Amino acid sequence: MALDSKIPEGPIADKWTNYKNNINLVNPANKRNIDVIVVGTGLAGGSAAATLAELGYNVKAFCFQDSPRRAHSIAAQGGINAAKNYQGDGDSVYRLFYDTVKGGDYRSREANVYRLAEVSANIIDQCVAQGVPFAREYGGYLDNRSFGGVLVSRTFYAAGQTGQQLLLGAYSAMNRQIGRGKIKMYNRHEMLDVVVVDGKARGIITRNLITGEIERHSAHAVVLGTGGYGNVFFLSTNAMGSNVTAAWKAHKRGAYFANPCYTQIHPTCIPVSGEHQSKLTLMSESLRNDGRIWVPKHKKDVEAIRNKTLKPKDIKEEDRDYYLERRYPAFGNLVPRDVASRAAKERCDAGYGVNATGEAVFLDFASAIERYGKEQATVRHLDINDAALVKKLGQEVVKNKYGNLFQMYEKIVDQNPYETPMMIYPAVHYTMGGIWVDYNLMTTVPGLYAIGEANFSDHGANRLGASALMQGLADGYFVLPYTIGDYLAADIRTGKIPTDTPEFDEAEKNVRDQINHLINNNGKYSVDHFHKKLGKIMWNKVGMARNVKGLTEAIQEIKELRAEFWKDVKVPGTNEEFNEELAKAGRVADFLELGELFAKDALHREESCGGHFREDAVEESGEQKGEAKRDDENFAYVAAWEYKGEPSEAVLHKEQLEFKDIELKQRSYK
Amino acid sequence: MNLTLKIWRQKNANDKGGLVDYKVTDVSPDMSFLEMLDVLNEDLINKNEEPVAFDHDCREGICGMCSLYINGEAHGPDRGITTCQLHMRMFKDGDTIYIEPFRAAAFPVIKDLVVDRSAFDRIQHAGGFISVNTSGNTIDANAIPVNKHDADKAFDAATCIGCGACVASCKNSSAMLFVSAKVSQFALLPQGKIEATDRVLNMVKQMDEEGFGNCTNTGACEVECPKGISLENIARMNREYLKASLKG
Repeated sequence: MALDSKIPEGPIADKWTNYKNNINLVNPANKRNIDVIVVGTGLAGGSAAATLAELGYNVKAFCFQDSPRRAHSIAAQGGINAAKNYQGDGDSVYRLFYDTVKGGDYRSREANVYRLAEVSANIIDQCVAQGVPFAREYGGYLDNRSFGGVLVSRTFYAAGQTGQQLLLGAYSAMNRQIGRGKIKMYNRHEMLDVVVVDGKARGIITRNLITGEIERHSAHAVVLGTGGYGNVFFLSTNAMGSNVTAAWKAHKRGAYFANPCYTQIHPTCIPVSGEHQSKLTLMSESLRNDGRIWVPKHKKDVEAIRNKTLKPKDIKEEDRDYYLERRYPAFGNLVPRDVASRAAKERCDAGYGVNATGEAVFLDFASAIERYGKEQATVRHLDINDAALVKKLGQEVVKNKYGNLFQMYEKIVDQNPYETPMMIYPAVHYTMGGIWVDYNLMTTVPGLYAIGEANFSDHGANRLGASALMQGLADGYFVLPYTIGDYLAADIRTGKIPTDTPEFDEAEKNVRDQINHLINNNGKYSVDHFHKKLGKIMWNKVGMARNVKGLTEAIQEIKELRAEFWKDVKVPGTNEEFNEELAKAGRVADFLELGELFAKDALHREESCGGHFREDAVEESGEQKGEAKRDDENFAYVAAWEYKGEPSEAVLHKEQLEFKDIELKQRSYK
Repeated sequence: MNLTLKIWRQKNANDKGGLVDYKVTDVSPDMSFLEMLDVLNEDLINKNEEPVAFDHDCREGICGMCSLYINGEAHGPDRGITTCQLHMRMFKDGDTIYIEPFRAAAFPVIKDLVVDRSAFDRIQHAGGFISVNTSGNTIDANAIPVNKHDADKAFDAATCIGCGACVASCKNSSAMLFVSAKVSQFALLPQGKIEATDRVLNMVKQMDEEGFGNCTNTGACEVECPKGISLENIARMNREYLKASLKG
């Protein structure tokens, strides 16, 4: 099947408006006869479910957590971008579009990104109307801050809990519709298959995580807002339950999986502390507004720090290497995430890591505390030369901005970041890859949609900070509700979709067979045993820097591990009860397939772009020496993989990317 | 560290349940409490015993899913944190630790340490929202200035994670802190004032129907709340409720 991205004709600034003017609509009376399933209740799924229900569709929403409010969007910290230009600093829809395409290293689809930038301002209006308490200035107007990879302040925020506040906004919109009976909510339900009838997605199979009951649910369309697959690395900043299963089952039913190797390794996370580690914790990118990243210039100081004979604050200014400021003077500490992560790895690989494992750099707030303290002392007519006073005032400002993050850090690391610099290291955070969708956000299976992090479309090979929240809500509130109507207009006479058909029988049998196999396997090792092994292969060979040898080995090792898993995994208990090990086993089984496709995709892409860094594709000379080298001639396409049984058999389809409005050039942050 | 754990085991909602003793050895002080339970579960699985069921997800203190009652305190001995943020350095070698579910009539046990908090969702369905449709045509965000003081207070109330520690800590199993946080968030913002009357009446009615107890102002909820939600919110809700009742 040829990929058709269905990008509307016309100039980029008019595409979305023209599109909306020309699509089919469903009249309100007919909407009452149409059912839509939404899987996942994060920013994308939650906002889509609420909006579709407001429009009049009958929505069934599903989440595996005990409440839709717990979806992992809740953990997003720093903020949400919008081209409001409230600061009057030169922002515009075009500039947000441009920054996002450039930040994504020219591997995203222009038309989708432009639309995202276009609706971004509406998101802020909508959220404020819902009562989302964004940070404000003393005049009562909304405050902004700056994020990596941009030169304007367009990020709206609510302390370090922006994701929480936006998700609770979407949750409140859902609650209103649940109360009206327009959304039927299924908590603690996990989607285990998509049902395709006559080539169209017409339902899903779920498992009730409390009783183990396998259920059939039908609808005229199915929407997946099921998030990313960072947990294929075992250790990531994702929630423990975040998984690829819904997306992977969709892939197996015909949805192409795009750019699986595009993974965001976030530069500022709390370093791994030991083998028992179950997850990693992010320290928001917003901290790079005020924190300066450095390692000691001299190895002897590194040694002394590791032996704890020297405190970081006792290292003199001239003996510190603020390597981001040194290498990228224009953007400094606010370079995009992929660039900052690789730079940290480069310093640590060279032996300058500042903790026992050698995998940590400093994120230092001392100069920000001093700067803010002096500002406050001036405002209050106090003595700016009183160092203790300045420090105290400065700490108050920093606490106001990042208090919850500093508290999180202190609880985990047992060090006070107001007094000593934080230690940070990159960790897996977000996946730009995902299910391939066209301009309508429809997958290659008609009637099956993917929104938010679950799809691939807007962030190219690297996502800019504060853009995930923007995309999730744009898809759910403002894009999908239009595009899905165009499709559902053909379904007004279809009537209820029956669940007693051979397609549902077959899908349910599939699900039951896998569960029975897992329960009756009686192997030797726990699910986590395999998940951790997979994570190590992924991190070591498919992580921040990739090469042909490592990737080839990874593919083989994952294949072997998958065989071992099916032979030797041990799942205690039965299906007919609350059984977390069983739920985990199903998820890890899918990660073991995805992981191989991921490595295969990384091996085939013989260029460095965004979060995908190939050691054999770097600039060899000139000002950009050592930086990632993209190959636009051969790789300016989306790699969409078609399922053919084993991941090794997956067939590559290319969507050639066209850059009509932005000139393709090397990303420079110097 | 070596520890003795006394963990509440209960097969399902109908089972009676009881405390069972477990030993864990070589616990690192840098482990989180839940990582310590992961180690116990791995051990149980290897010994062909059933692992302990407990709720958890984000493991960074924001999703509100984890809900353990540790040594008689919701989320354990530390302050201002959830169970997943509790670290083993808070305990000493040789300690005995009691681990129970959040208990309340409105939070029935599902299994072991997992409870059903859907009552919280139903209270939110009753009024925890502002009735605004998604259209892209709401007024410009900056057309509704909000003074910073109120905005900050609304934010503080809105940081509630819905974990239920307030209910578990209250001798009456009252949900007043939880409900008042949402009522306050909207009562403090101009956008929320239009529906304020119906909101508070409907949410309180649903709270009572779910079987939560009354508030007798002991303040235990505020002490144990991982997000420091203030008792002021309960006072504000009482005022809102009185105002609404007089109007109604």
